[in-house]
Amino acid sequence: MTTVEERPAREANPSATAADRPIGFGRIQRKEDPRFVRGKGNYLDDIVLPGMLHGAILRSPMAHGRIVSIDTTEALAHPKVHAVITGTDLEGLNLAWAPTLSADVQAVLATDKVRFQGQEVAFVVAEDRYSARDALELIDVEYEQLDPVIDVRRALDPGAPVVRTDLEGRTDNHIFDWEAGDAAETDAVFAAADVVVKQEMVYPRVHPAPMETCGAIADYEPIDGKLTLYETTQAPHAHRTLFAMVAGIPEHKIRVISPDIGGGFGNKVGIYPGYILAVVGSIVTGKPVKWVEDRSENLMSTSFARDYIMTGEVAATRDGKILAVRTNVLADHGAFNATAQPTKYPAGFFHIFTGSYDLQAAHCKVTGVYTNKAPGGVAYACSFRVTEAVYLVERMVDVLASELGMDPVELRLKNFIKPEQFPYANKTGWEYDSGDYEPTMRLAMQIAGYEDLRREQAEKRARGELMGIGISFFTETVGAGPRKHMDIVGLGMADGAEVRVHPTGKAVVRLSVQSQGQGHETTFAQIVAEELGIPPEDIDVVHGDTDNTPFGLGTYGSRSTPVSGAAVALTSRKVRDKARLIAAAMLETRPEDLEWEKGRWFVKGDPGAGKTIAEIALGAHGTVALPEGVDGNLDAEVTYDPPNLTFPFGAYICVVDIDKGTGKVHVRRFVAVDDCGTRINPMIIEGQIHGGLADGVGMALMEFIGFDEDGNCLGGSFMDYLIPTAMEVPDWETGHTVTPSPHHPIGAKGIGESATVGSPPAVVNAVVDALAPFGLTHMDMPCTPARVWEAMQGRPTPPI
Amino acid sequence: MQVPAPFDYVRATSVANALELLERHGPEARVIAGGHSLLPMMKLRLARPDWIIDINDVAELHALTEEPDELRVGALTRHAELLDSDVVGRLFPIIHDAERVIADPVVRNRGTIGGSLGQADPAEDLTTVCDVLHARIVIASPGGERVVDMADFHRGPYETACEQHELITEIRFPVRPRAGSAYEKVERRVGDWAVAAAGAALWMAEDGTVADATIGLTALGLEGPAVEAAAVLIGERPSEDLFAEAADLAAAASSPIEDQRGPVDYKRHLAAELTRRVLGRALDRAAHPAVA
Ligand SMILES: Cc1cc2nc3c(=O)[nH]c(=O)nc-3n(C[C@H](O)[C@H](O)[C@H](O)COP(=O)(O)OP(=O)(O)OC[C@H]3O[C@@H](n4cnc5c(N)ncnc54)[C@H](O)[C@@H]3O)c2cc1C
Repeated sequence: MTTVEERPAREANPSATAADRPIGFGRIQRKEDPRFVRGKGNYLDDIVLPGMLHGAILRSPMAHGRIVSIDTTEALAHPKVHAVITGTDLEGLNLAWAPTLSADVQAVLATDKVRFQGQEVAFVVAEDRYSARDALELIDVEYEQLDPVIDVRRALDPGAPVVRTDLEGRTDNHIFDWEAGDAAETDAVFAAADVVVKQEMVYPRVHPAPMETCGAIADYEPIDGKLTLYETTQAPHAHRTLFAMVAGIPEHKIRVISPDIGGGFGNKVGIYPGYILAVVGSIVTGKPVKWVEDRSENLMSTSFARDYIMTGEVAATRDGKILAVRTNVLADHGAFNATAQPTKYPAGFFHIFTGSYDLQAAHCKVTGVYTNKAPGGVAYACSFRVTEAVYLVERMVDVLASELGMDPVELRLKNFIKPEQFPYANKTGWEYDSGDYEPTMRLAMQIAGYEDLRREQAEKRARGELMGIGISFFTETVGAGPRKHMDIVGLGMADGAEVRVHPTGKAVVRLSVQSQGQGHETTFAQIVAEELGIPPEDIDVVHGDTDNTPFGLGTYGSRSTPVSGAAVALTSRKVRDKARLIAAAMLETRPEDLEWEKGRWFVKGDPGAGKTIAEIALGAHGTVALPEGVDGNLDAEVTYDPPNLTFPFGAYICVVDIDKGTGKVHVRRFVAVDDCGTRINPMIIEGQIHGGLADGVGMALMEFIGFDEDGNCLGGSFMDYLIPTAMEVPDWETGHTVTPSPHHPIGAKGIGESATVGSPPAVVNAVVDALAPFGLTHMDMPCTPARVWEAMQGRPTPPI
Repeated sequence: MQVPAPFDYVRATSVANALELLERHGPEARVIAGGHSLLPMMKLRLARPDWIIDINDVAELHALTEEPDELRVGALTRHAELLDSDVVGRLFPIIHDAERVIADPVVRNRGTIGGSLGQADPAEDLTTVCDVLHARIVIASPGGERVVDMADFHRGPYETACEQHELITEIRFPVRPRAGSAYEKVERRVGDWAVAAAGAALWMAEDGTVADATIGLTALGLEGPAVEAAAVLIGERPSEDLFAEAADLAAAASSPIEDQRGPVDYKRHLAAELTRRVLGRALDRAAHPAVA
């Protein structure tokens, strides 16, 4: 059931007084913020261990080259250098290559060839960061330059240079072909359709660019063989298991600590060579070793996102009924296939490209290839390629609207999956849990004043001014995922939670997921509060330390609330059930005679006779005679295996003005109506949306990692890789509807990536709409002034 | 964190002391003002001075003086100070136009006009502004002081008349009546260096014709002002056609290169488009001068 709510007015700070503070869901200030706003966050680079050394990585200056020789003599002679490690040294330890998250291998330090500019070639450990960096210049590497594969469209040409000569028998750059949906059925619908539109579009290579770059501190204790590894990681438990598998250190001897993380966006899911090198450095020197990459290293070598060339086709009737969608994708995976996604899905969840529409057929084919570029691929708030899928379908619907001469909103409304069709089985294998799309679309139109905007646009067009209105309506699939379908390197995508209520009624909740800024310390406390009636400020949230938290796969793909949030809710309910048994003992009545109100069990019909959670906790730990089989605590633990994914959705409307003389796009307004099911903390939700929208505007207008034909990375600094500032984004106008997930214990769907996923097509659709007077029906991101001007000249050139 | 190569550091107390330190520490010594050009290059190890001579304490470089016929701006004047100054805004609105789009507040709080001109980056904005306003640059050297005009000062990208052992001390902007000036830049994002920019100044005769004019372009491959473009304006009564003609000549004088900011034809188009716009705005300002 959908409830449509008005856009909330800007409220005064509701958490100003304790009396207003909700015990449970509601708008409360983030518990973690006082330490951040006072500069007391504890990020990786803040950590200093006694005797700690510093590492620096020598990187490849070229995209493709054979290593002829590496001479480290001079570097080793530097008075402050403790160790210089090369690929040959790692070969001796069987660590030169490490498995990736996609069943490939990746060089930790190059041995045979370098395969992208910025690839790791040698590691120096020195007394301080400056000496380590100075010593890099003393390493002499001789390369024999090879022809690189840069243009992904040429990567499969016969005779193209082979990137992965290390893989036995490999004679080309092909990684995989992957399909979803029924090709024959889809082709048949296309063959019979009145109208078919087709468009090739590029989702350029972009980068998550978190404010904090990646890094690690390894502290190997040789006597008891224990490794403490501080890492910027979104998935501490998965990292621990992988380190145990790869480095051969027993898992119980590894402790991974992920301190405060300054932004992740998927960039901090994988294990980078630098992390492994810090460990090797610590083992070799017997001292803790810190390695923190600089901004250029982060942009040039760590996990990028997107890089999909997609050809979309839509079949429809003349009157605007969409029948089928099909697409072919060429996916640039860089030099190693290191994308992070559930094993079965090499293109992530791209097969959600059927969007929010009721189709008769759908089919996609994705071809992954190697090129001489940095590896990675699933990152940047994309929910495992849902970003690419949403962009494809939402762009295609606009292409169809312009072919049919239909209003893009009207076309969408006509094709939405209807509320009574949920749960909805789409044509590529998903079961959408719940949705009611039309009220969400209509609320966005109402906030935007859609009819007035169209009138204004018509007037402006008559005067020769360029104004565009862009729509996007997205459906995501998040919260991976059911273990019968989903694992990463064999680890089921479940998450654990543990709740303990202390004798005085305060509580601790321990999580397997790891915040990178999402506000876990508040949201998860609120879930416990909602279930147990303990005020959020009395609940400590522990995460990011494998010695102190239950196992689970971590935070990415908007999965924390759908998976871990469910685990926390169910754990709290277990505590509540146990509290009932103890309360019954304390009240000398039967459990079934008790009734729950937030925070206390009381005797049915006698509200005065009851016990609060705090009283029950004290009873549990005290001297109350406990019922048979009940032990003396108020603790519980759950590992949650989600039965399905959740399907958040939303309607976005973007209004742009374009300066005809310069091509400059000004985003004037952006309306975002999101439906993430049950809303735990609306303020945190809005924060997630604001950030995601800024990301989306960035991708649509400016973000792009380009390469020259030799494979030199052209986006290696913030001078060249542009991310938006407050000046490029409008005052966001948000609204929401609430359609709970039927299978999630509290009905929440996850919001972390909705805005990043949903906003780029809204912006691009607005730009294309503004440029309609030039006969344009598509242009590729990023819509920089120059590229917009070129599009006006009839040259909407792809960005590679 | 990007870390520079080893260097030594010393603070100068006066212009004379700075010159003395430059001489003492030899050819690998560099003056540092705001540091917003020099430090990034050092961190990338594109610049590796042995010595850094910090001139931020030199008070005599830090003055803004209005004389009847010129405005004198000390080399250490920060971008933010130029932007805050009412006198600057009244006399030379082009400086405020430009300063508003130079980098971001953090950079503007430290970066200096002397450093900008000294750096002479091809996409740097104040060189164009100084060209347009016929600024003169005061250079101190161990032998004394000389005053050069922009044509002599600015020798091309990263090259100026100020030698390694010398110091820029002051920039002098002549004040003339019935003037209007403007600057406009296209950038991919706030704080980005220019894709292209244009500046213009007009000095009107009493009869309403153009007495004198200059047009300058930034990041468009033209060193010095667009002389032929400005020449067609002189003695003429301003009109849209006239400005369009000048704008086309400015575009013809430009020789932009293709890069990530855009192709050649786009940049040349911007040369004309922006020139037309700044001429219009300069005329408007000459007609309606800001009151003191
Ligand atoms: C992110 C960013 C964006 C920027 N964007 C722009 C922009 O859009 N437009 C623009 O014009 N600029 C831009 N800049 C440059 C900025 O304006 C710099 O501050 C300026 O170019 C240099 O001034 P500075 O005082 O910082 O010089 P410094 O970095 O201290 O010095 C630069 C050079 O000048 C020399 N020097 C400094 N002072 C003197 C002196 N008195 N005499 C002789 N030599 C001297 C130094 O030795 C050095 O070689 C940007 C900078 C950054 C970091």
